[in-house]
Amino acid sequence: MAEFWTSYLWPLIIMVAQSVLLLVILLVAIAYILLADRKIWAAVQIRRGPNVVGPWGLLQSFADLLKFVLKEPTIPAAANKGVFLLAPLVTCVLALAAWAVIPVDIGWVIADINVGILYIFAISSLMVYGVIMAGWASNSKYPFLAALRSAAQMVSYEVSIGFVIITVLLCVGSLRITDIVEAQNTRFGLFGWYWLPLFPMFVVFFVSALAETNRPPFDLVEAESELVAGFMVEYGSTPYMMFMLGEYVAIATMCAMTTILFMGGWLPPIPYPPFTWVPGVVWFVGKAFFVFFMFAMVKAFVPRYRYDQLMRLGWKVFLPLSLAMVAIVAAVLQFAGLAPK
Amino acid sequence: MILAALFFYLFAGVCVASAFMVIAAKNPVHSVLFLILAFVSASGLFVLLGAEFLAMILIVVYVGAVAVLFLFVVMMLDVDFAELRQGFLNYLPVGALIGALVLVELLLVVGAWVIGAGVPKTITAPIPPMDAITNTEALGLVLYTRYVYYFQAAGIVLLVAMVGAIVLTLQHRARVKRQDMAAQVRRTKAEAMEVVKVRSGQGLT
Repeated sequence: MAEFWTSYLWPLIIMVAQSVLLLVILLVAIAYILLADRKIWAAVQIRRGPNVVGPWGLLQSFADLLKFVLKEPTIPAAANKGVFLLAPLVTCVLALAAWAVIPVDIGWVIADINVGILYIFAISSLMVYGVIMAGWASNSKYPFLAALRSAAQMVSYEVSIGFVIITVLLCVGSLRITDIVEAQNTRFGLFGWYWLPLFPMFVVFFVSALAETNRPPFDLVEAESELVAGFMVEYGSTPYMMFMLGEYVAIATMCAMTTILFMGGWLPPIPYPPFTWVPGVVWFVGKAFFVFFMFAMVKAFVPRYRYDQLMRLGWKVFLPLSLAMVAIVAAVLQFAGLAPK
Repeated sequence: MILAALFFYLFAGVCVASAFMVIAAKNPVHSVLFLILAFVSASGLFVLLGAEFLAMILIVVYVGAVAVLFLFVVMMLDVDFAELRQGFLNYLPVGALIGALVLVELLLVVGAWVIGAGVPKTITAPIPPMDAITNTEALGLVLYTRYVYYFQAAGIVLLVAMVGAIVLTLQHRARVKRQDMAAQVRRTKAEAMEVVKVRSGQGLT
């Protein structure tokens, strides 16, 4: 019995406790990211943004949460009920699942698996199912068309994200996320991170991340001023909230991915004291928030793309560019003798 | 070990059950969704075997790309399965006969399969120990050295298939207005607009 306790139950309890802790922190962070998004957007447009609920509107997201949860969920009569309710769940659960392998500091991760970056890529490639299922199950032409558009968009930009990840992996020589961050730990600090040597890929990744998470200027899925709500037009109350939550968690994941791949994760920008005294999690969160700030600013001042322009950018610009960069980076690493052992 | 066994039975059970549901489901979209569930449980089995790279590739390639295409096609088609199953009982004897024949053939082939004495050695030889090297590296070491020509040949086959699909579906439609962004950006004020002084009562000639 004692052996059962120490070898099975205790690790299980620890793992569950870690996961719950991560989820709680993540969800609270998402609530404030959402608020920050609205506040930044408002500030650019010289508005105040949400400022009524709590001091400076700090409790706005929680008020929204209560509002969504307390509303009555409606299911269209002709909808495919099971798939209709499964779709928001899939979106939300997959988005949260990606955080199992994201380390916020050295060793601060639930599962530091060998193929961490591939796991995140696989999870984000599954995110498209939430969209397709929602669009199909609603049994209405508007969500269906929007789901097709959205799925095509997400699949297109996944390709270039995959190639960008490959260029980074070529420089690192490992699929483990901890190794990716440690490979950027040089004495040049900030200038040793991959954003500088792989600068075109950094830009490609940032833009693809915007498209992948359906953020403006690529928010053709929702296009609030044109399309009502795209594939989630039939959803209300809690299911709708789960889509929103999944979307924002995916945005946070993309910010964390940018931080890990190009901005040195938890490494301090200048690798000397007093910067090294600051705990790594502070750097990680700070960098991730900086990336999110860029996301929010793009939303505020870049006009929306047209759909054919979006496809052109994805397939005719980013795909050849990232494919060429894979070859160039591989050749440079090989012939300069810089390839990781 | 108990935990691993439990998870094995969970994944295996879900995999077999959803594979059955693929053919049993009334709605074709449900079939594809069950197929996806089967893929995901199979990748769970790969993880249990310690082949995490294969598991992730299975999800990225099959679930993330191939099954999306399936789903697209199936959603677009308006297939009524009830109609397709109209003559099910009439055709059942023929179908059962063909199925039984294929089963017998498979049994004959697999039953007569003799594994040579030297084969286990050649199979196990290039596999490095699990704890010394990750399976991504192990796979790469075999794939890019021993099997590099087969690997390249597979790549060429896929490329040819892709080119073929594009050639078959590409249509050059005349009279389609396409946007040329470079041409738009290259335009200057001088060539793009003309300022005309219109005299009143005369207009432009």
